Amino acid sequence: MEIPKTFLGYKREDGRTGTRNHVIILPVDDISNACAEAVANNIKGTIALPHSYGRLQFGADLELHFRTMIGTGKNPNVAAVIVIGIEPKWTKRIVDAIATTGKPVEGFSIEGVGDIDTIARVSKKAQEFSIWASEKQREERPISDLWISVKCGESDTTSGLASNPTVGNLMDKLEPLGVHLCFGETSELTGAETVCEKRGKTPEAQEKFRKTWSSYNDFILKEATDDLSESQPTAGNIAGGLTTIEEKAFGNFQKIGGCKFIDVLEPAEEPTKGPGLYFMDTSSAAAECVTLQAAGGFNLHLFPTGQGNIIGNPIEPVVKLTANPLTARTMNEHIDVDVSKILSREMNLDEAGDELIKATIRVANGRLTCAEALGHREFVMTKLYRSA
Amino acid sequence: MAGTDIIIHDEKDNVGVVVIEKITPKQDCDCWIMENDKSVKIQSMDEIPLGHKIAMTDLNEGDTILKYGHDIGKVVKSIKKGEHVHVHNVKTKKW
Repeated sequence: MEIPKTFLGYKREDGRTGTRNHVIILPVDDISNACAEAVANNIKGTIALPHSYGRLQFGADLELHFRTMIGTGKNPNVAAVIVIGIEPKWTKRIVDAIATTGKPVEGFSIEGVGDIDTIARVSKKAQEFSIWASEKQREERPISDLWISVKCGESDTTSGLASNPTVGNLMDKLEPLGVHLCFGETSELTGAETVCEKRGKTPEAQEKFRKTWSSYNDFILKEATDDLSESQPTAGNIAGGLTTIEEKAFGNFQKIGGCKFIDVLEPAEEPTKGPGLYFMDTSSAAAECVTLQAAGGFNLHLFPTGQGNIIGNPIEPVVKLTANPLTARTMNEHIDVDVSKILSREMNLDEAGDELIKATIRVANGRLTCAEALGHREFVMTKLYRSA
Repeated sequence: MAGTDIIIHDEKDNVGVVVIEKITPKQDCDCWIMENDKSVKIQSMDEIPLGHKIAMTDLNEGDTILKYGHDIGKVVKSIKKGEHVHVHNVKTKKW
């Protein structure tokens, strides 16, 4: 198949391209959720991103909070941003960082004013942003403006046999075209960590991966009881036939095809070494992982599932594929691409990869994913440790 | 190419994955090895559902399970060729 050279996206002020055109109302902290949701309810064409944190965090955990907030606002799928916090200082830090993209952004703080006046003031600005963004048009943009993140969930053995290798096949075909790619899930590479490490393109990338995985594993050994029963693998994984974390890891790892990663990113860190594959240190919990990847600047997500994970994300459209024929039948409202014919050998991996590329470009052009149509907008912050 | 009941990733693997809704005891199954496109046959001993693994050889306690050509865990209860391989007889070497 000849891969299209372009797709239809929203060109942003900083030169990046969005596959979506969101106006977001971003609360800095948990107690500003109510305001953000009230504004999003008042002003059509905006979405609030409520979450559970943002108070009394410190050190690396606070830095990750800021990086996630700022990265979410900077994502090219976002046309304009309103930031609401209880106090002005942290709010301003986020606003100033998002403003470096050149997109419209404005911050508000609630202290000394109260919710009701804040909601009124923010609603006026949000209305202005929403109407402004509604005039943005899609235009032809190079395929290399796609930044694709991947993560699998509710995996079973069909993931490792077929749906993950389908994503790997897409990566093998899109990497030479200059697309940015990202995989994560530090925990779920356990068992395949030495094989994965060798996929680092440079000794530095390999070393960075080794350190990242070891630090995660030390934490598990410190906190775990005797094992991670029912967390790794999950009860769903086990029902689907996956027996051990090693088996899950080798299946997971099929998602990167034959690609090598050029760098290891911190959670929510934006890649800076040009096109190619990146590994991001993330949790393997679906919503946390995709939230971090979206904050890293990725504009479209591919999500292979076995038993049927239903996740979506407010920033990145999440394209779901499965190779499990039962899941494709019983949960079809969640499945964008059915590759179960690989198992009956009526379709080969090359054909499945092409199907996924076609679906990816249609979604990049604006086709709603199943998760978008169902209203899945899971926005989940990763927290590193307890607050002060 | 219909008629594949079990897929094996790698020639070295000692387990295969059931890719039809289920296989029943004493069923003669057609297996396809992805790595080299070869076909082999096996008779099942157990009922095994879609996505679950079957032992391609007899396995003793302490043996290593190979899938994707890699170590995915150890046998904790001996397994006969054709039996169901899962959490009741295999455990991780990690935790």
